[in-house]
Amino acid sequence: MNAVSIFKRDLLIAFRNRGELLNPLMFFLMVASLFPLAVSPDPKFLGLIAPGVIWVGALLATLLSLDLLFKSDYEDGSLEQMLLVPQPLMLLVLAKVLVHWLVAGLPLALMAPLLGLMLGLPEGGYQPLIISLLLGTPVLSLLGSIGAGLTVGLRKGGMLMPLLILPLYIPVLIFAASAVQSGVDGNSYSGHLAFIGAYLALAVVFAPLAASAALRITTAR
Amino acid sequence: MSSGLDNLAANSLSEQVICLRATDLYCERDDRVLFSGLSFEFGAGQIIRIAGPNGSGKSTLMRILLGMSAGYEGQLSWNGVSLDNARYDFNQQLLYMGHQVGIKGNLTPEENLKALNPKVSKQDIYNALKKVGLLGFEDLLCSGLSAGQQRRVALARLFIEQKSVWILDEPFTAIDKEGVAELESTLLQHAQNGGLVILTTHHDISAPVTTLMLGQDSTGHL
Repeated sequence: MNAVSIFKRDLLIAFRNRGELLNPLMFFLMVASLFPLAVSPDPKFLGLIAPGVIWVGALLATLLSLDLLFKSDYEDGSLEQMLLVPQPLMLLVLAKVLVHWLVAGLPLALMAPLLGLMLGLPEGGYQPLIISLLLGTPVLSLLGSIGAGLTVGLRKGGMLMPLLILPLYIPVLIFAASAVQSGVDGNSYSGHLAFIGAYLALAVVFAPLAASAALRITTAR
Repeated sequence: MSSGLDNLAANSLSEQVICLRATDLYCERDDRVLFSGLSFEFGAGQIIRIAGPNGSGKSTLMRILLGMSAGYEGQLSWNGVSLDNARYDFNQQLLYMGHQVGIKGNLTPEENLKALNPKVSKQDIYNALKKVGLLGFEDLLCSGLSAGQQRRVALARLFIEQKSVWILDEPFTAIDKEGVAELESTLLQHAQNGGLVILTTHHDISAPVTTLMLGQDSTGHL
């Protein structure tokens, strides 16, 4: 077992379970379609809240899918095998997170323009929306792996993971939503994106390290 | 070509130094002493059976050896180096099979084994599946196999991976009579080739084993 074989294996499993992959996307779609019904169908008002609604939807949809990141590996014993591989565990975790982003984060980013259209997002908002999601969703997957690693052994860890992880998500949410808002207002949004990029760089380095430590703690019963 | 390499590895097994030593191990769990003053030395050519009643710490001892439990006192060494420092070397020699065997239900036996051993050729996987009696099942999803067959998929690793130390937690679970006999001879073969087998089981084994008894007077003895 190594990082590459885990990457291939998880992609294959994701492909075989592709019905499950639709769940976060459906959730994302539902959030966006219920808002106009519940709040106001006025396009001007919707355009105003669209950046926030889309980003909150993406964030919650990611949280929903993170629960399963290590769950099946924990239950079928693959996680123990991962811990025993004579290779840094963080590389294996990184491979798993990469697959998670490819099957959960990337589709959200690609679907976001459609939601923007549904919510009447003004024209200037699309570019920052897509870029911020492309930069931001990997951060969500990476940071989420820490929470998933810490709570995988808990039978009733349902609410604990979001509580642990949400504070770390807040900076991404603030900067991403305001990047989109700046785009809508016709202002420059490169600073916001640069911050998300820096956050991503930090997360790539440290999150797998923290997540693998979390996994070792969880499995040391 | 890869099978030639495997033969080479199998031959060199006998020349490897294997010495897993524990000195004065102490472990308690929930205020209950599982073992104290436990010392042993396992070497090449041995089949070690860790025995004892339920809850006597057999799996815990295995987890300690695997580095998955830090809740113990005492020294562990691998070829003279403290096991904590030799973990990389040790894991390179190690094949572990736990209660959960790490087989994915929505992959076929072949894909499962390939994921666990990316460098192994298709032919070697087929040969191993043949040895565990799963030829003809290699293209079915493991979720469609019986519990015993799933375990056999995991056991196929014994023929694929050229590791010298096998740590097997209840390997005979869900395996039928003939399978148990075959597995026993596999273990014996491995020991004769200079490997080390550490296992727990409630089955009676006919192969000559050294038994490490846990849980009677809380001091393990051989």
